[in-house]
Amino acid sequence: MVTSVTSFGRSGLSDWLLQRVSGVILLAYFLFILAAVAGGVDYASWRALFDQVWVKVFSLMALLSLAAHAWIGLWSVLTDYLTERLMGTTGNVLRISLQLLISLALFIYVVWGVQILWGY
Amino acid sequence: MKDNRPVNLDIGSMRLPITAWASITHRITGVILFVAMGFLIWGLDMSLRSADSFAFLAEVLTSPLAKLVFLGIAAALIYHSLAGVKHLVMDFGIGESMEGGTLAARLVIVATIVLTVLMGVWIW
Repeated sequence: MVTSVTSFGRSGLSDWLLQRVSGVILLAYFLFILAAVAGGVDYASWRALFDQVWVKVFSLMALLSLAAHAWIGLWSVLTDYLTERLMGTTGNVLRISLQLLISLALFIYVVWGVQILWGY
Repeated sequence: MKDNRPVNLDIGSMRLPITAWASITHRITGVILFVAMGFLIWGLDMSLRSADSFAFLAEVLTSPLAKLVFLGIAAALIYHSLAGVKHLVMDFGIGESMEGGTLAARLVIVATIVLTVLMGVWIW
């Protein structure tokens, strides 16, 4: 049986809500980026945009939303297809290994993003 | 948690309705976007690091291959976003019927194609 030990909020209802809230934040952020580049940007104007504190905060919000959203979404996918029922112990080993790799990748995404936003 | 919960049926033995295709595509585009975020964050890095790296990124994005990859990521993002909005609408109890689900799945697919073509025209 697949237990909820590796889910994001350790509760289906919590994950359900967080998936929607983070999804709305991400959609708002991508629409913001689309609007920003739609008219064409050069380095100076692009840099000026990201020098504003609210843009950094909004970007960090999107990064954290991405980490939660991808965790919850990929957990749903992995716990459906890589299971003990479908492939025995291999399923558990594969699933846990991939979840570790995914969480590592998401951690790198967040740290990398923070470095870009506040490091330059 | 109960141990006797029903398990998934063998979906390989069924003809999938359009709603199922819409659902599996939502999942596939989600996995694609997880990988694509690495490229997008790299792009953000290049765009903000320095004027030189910004120019380098702009140069890279002029190649047909880069445009194709970008369009692929955009298509996945467009589909995933529209399917996500479809979920939100359904969460409010709208279109939860069989006909509603089928119609919404069709709308999402058609809108994705239209918006992706527009995006392709824009970047080329």
